[in-house]
Amino acid sequence: MMMRPAKLASMVTRLGCVALATITLFAMAHTAQAAGLPTNSAGLPVHAPQPWEWWLQPSASPVEKSIDWMMQYVLWMMFGVVALVGVLIAFIVFRFNAKKNPVASTTTHNTLIEVIWTLVPAVLLVAVVVPSLNLIYQQADYKNRYMTVRVTGHQWYWEYSYKGAKGVDFTSYAIPPDKLKPGQIRQLSANHPLVVPVGKKIVFQITSGDVLHSFFIPSLGVQRYAIPGQIWHQWTKIASPGVYYGECNQICGMNHDNMPIEIVALPMKQFQAWLAKAKADAAQGNVPKVHPYEVLADNSAK
Amino acid sequence: MSSTVLPGHDAHGAHDHGAHKPSFVRRWLMSTNHKDIGTLYITWAIIAALEGGVLSMIMRAQLMHPNNTIITNGQTWNAIVTAHGLLMIFFFVMPALIGGFGNWFVPMMIGAPDMAFPRLNNMSFWFLFMGFIFVNLGLLVGHGSGVGWTLYPPLTDSTYQPGPAVDFTLFSLHLAGISSLLGAINFIATILNMRAPGMTMHKMPLFVWSILVTAFLLLLAIPVLAGAITMLIMDRNFGTSFFEPGGGGDPVLFQHLFWFFGHPEVYIMILPAFGIISHVVSTFSKKPIFGYLGMVYAMVAIGFVGFVVWAHHMFVSGISVDSKVYFEAATLVIAVPTGVKVFSWLATMWGGSIELKTPMLWAIGFIFMFVVGGATGVVLANAGLDTELHNTYFIIAHFHYVLSMGSVFAIFAGFYYWIGKMYGRPYPEFWAKVHFWSFFIGVNLTFFPQHFLGLAGMPRRYPDYPTAFAGWNYVSSIGAMISGASSVVFLYILFRIFTSKEVLADNYWGQGATTLEWTVPSPAPHHTFEDVPVIR
Repeated sequence: MMMRPAKLASMVTRLGCVALATITLFAMAHTAQAAGLPTNSAGLPVHAPQPWEWWLQPSASPVEKSIDWMMQYVLWMMFGVVALVGVLIAFIVFRFNAKKNPVASTTTHNTLIEVIWTLVPAVLLVAVVVPSLNLIYQQADYKNRYMTVRVTGHQWYWEYSYKGAKGVDFTSYAIPPDKLKPGQIRQLSANHPLVVPVGKKIVFQITSGDVLHSFFIPSLGVQRYAIPGQIWHQWTKIASPGVYYGECNQICGMNHDNMPIEIVALPMKQFQAWLAKAKADAAQGNVPKVHPYEVLADNSAK
Repeated sequence: MSSTVLPGHDAHGAHDHGAHKPSFVRRWLMSTNHKDIGTLYITWAIIAALEGGVLSMIMRAQLMHPNNTIITNGQTWNAIVTAHGLLMIFFFVMPALIGGFGNWFVPMMIGAPDMAFPRLNNMSFWFLFMGFIFVNLGLLVGHGSGVGWTLYPPLTDSTYQPGPAVDFTLFSLHLAGISSLLGAINFIATILNMRAPGMTMHKMPLFVWSILVTAFLLLLAIPVLAGAITMLIMDRNFGTSFFEPGGGGDPVLFQHLFWFFGHPEVYIMILPAFGIISHVVSTFSKKPIFGYLGMVYAMVAIGFVGFVVWAHHMFVSGISVDSKVYFEAATLVIAVPTGVKVFSWLATMWGGSIELKTPMLWAIGFIFMFVVGGATGVVLANAGLDTELHNTYFIIAHFHYVLSMGSVFAIFAGFYYWIGKMYGRPYPEFWAKVHFWSFFIGVNLTFFPQHFLGLAGMPRRYPDYPTAFAGWNYVSSIGAMISGASSVVFLYILFRIFTSKEVLADNYWGQGATTLEWTVPSPAPHHTFEDVPVIR
């Protein structure tokens, strides 16, 4: 009933080659995808989903880097499990079909193998849990923050309020398809993006003014429900200047698909220039008139 | 749908005593026979599945292209999403597995003459039927209830969903819940008290065990759902604020109550499937089940642990860091008994003499697809990864792999396995295989690309999406069309079965089929057993 060792060895080698080739191809495709970020009219890299994307968006924060690593770690392990079951099924159907094996065995017990297939998965799960717990605690580390932004979900827009910057509190709506300017993305671009500095820890205080929403930015590894009457936190530290897109991710009524999140991350100097203007606008009772792209254009002109 | 008036059955006239020709109304509207009630359940499950399937075709048609215009109103979209989920869960999968196959085969497999409480059994079905009417009112009245099947307040409150649609949906769940609860009581009473002499608990067929564990899950979980939706009805109509923060209530409380029911619910939908798969695998391998006791206690363990993992549905909602750690660890534990089941099925096949008849194809398809869905389940159990994947298409792909390829494959396996016993006519083998392969290709093409969409960050319950997601959505919609076409093949197979004249033997699967239902004629007579069977 068992295969000869030599045959088994050659089969294992072949499977190993296939697995290695798959891993290499995967790694190459993954790198190519990360390198190919488009830039927008302001010269900022655009962190939005790409056509035929089949993996996480390129990671742009420490948490998202950990998520990407962990996702690969667990998915490869699970790929192994699925492949094992698939190969076993194929082998069993081939080897033990009624034509090749007209008389069925009557074996119904084998204590050793039952203990093995209980313990081995348990060990694998321990191997999953340990790094996974680190990730949970990394996501919950709100210490040493540079700034705090209160994020409030509404039907159907986001409201951003900068803690410590008096009066800088504005709403952010989706841009209707017929008002899109070149470089803006249907269903993702917002009229007043959230503006933050790069390289600093930013904490979002997330809440809601009406129903549940979810503040979700895939490339930053940020997601938390916006719950009325409660505040929950998420943090991020954006590695490089760019535009980071996200969407509301908890059903919130008829325009659920139409309250995007757009975050523009600027170098500290430009961020402070933008914030100064936003504060000045706020002092006069206005929403920030200056778009972060204009600040960027100003500075590069100087 | 008759088990007593078919000409082929005259040979077994001795079972009929000439007294059982009840009128149509008496037989089908006031039925107390477990087989007739099982038939009603299966019939209604097929109708609900067709309706839920049409809704999913509409959704996939809308999502085929970005900026599409089939459904332009977000509220209508949300109402369709809600109805699709509720129909498939409460009116297709549960009635087919528990009310349908459970009713038909639990009494037969334990050698009982009928269910313990036949009138209660009849009430169970008609409560479910009314629930079906109400869920449709929830879809069609006013602007529909556009809240998602999870019904999270505050969106469910009357402020945001005025009109009676949501109330209809909530009443529908109450009715379906009462139906399930009565059914659960009936199954527990039957299985614990009415087993034939010699059939000890440890000799019970695995399908009976699976229904017993499921019945306990229903008994403990449904009342919690009933409490939660009662509070929701009070919030909507009588000015209470259980879940209303403005009045000191807590929306997260609803999520806890809902998932305390909702997580056992997913095992309610998969455990009977496990039971069916065990019988099919054993029959077509011509081998007894490998590791019977391990299989039994794996199901019991899944049932127990299934009650203490609910908040893994809430990793990005209102729970603390340490709760995340606990719920992640507890959730991963479920993979161990599930692994025991999968490996035991493979070991049952190992050394067997396997015949790839249609039921076996569905069973093998089930095992592989369920492992794929289970593997993504292990990914999602990681609270940290759930931050990225929660509510994206990755989760849609995951639960359709375990439901529309897990439970549904098992329902088809059970259907092809038992239709001869239920109706006394064979299914056309060729077309059944066409059905299997087209459905297999269709659902995989539909749901596998959704993993990619989810990883790239596409949220669920969206009628429209950024153009970048167009590619995989197109592939997914093509897959949905293939599975839609495959369902038409199934309807044709039903037609062929009902028009067939062929007569089947008592045990038409041969030596591998060893449970008690194979000792009685096909179709099973109105009164199953002439004498009480005795089990060695």
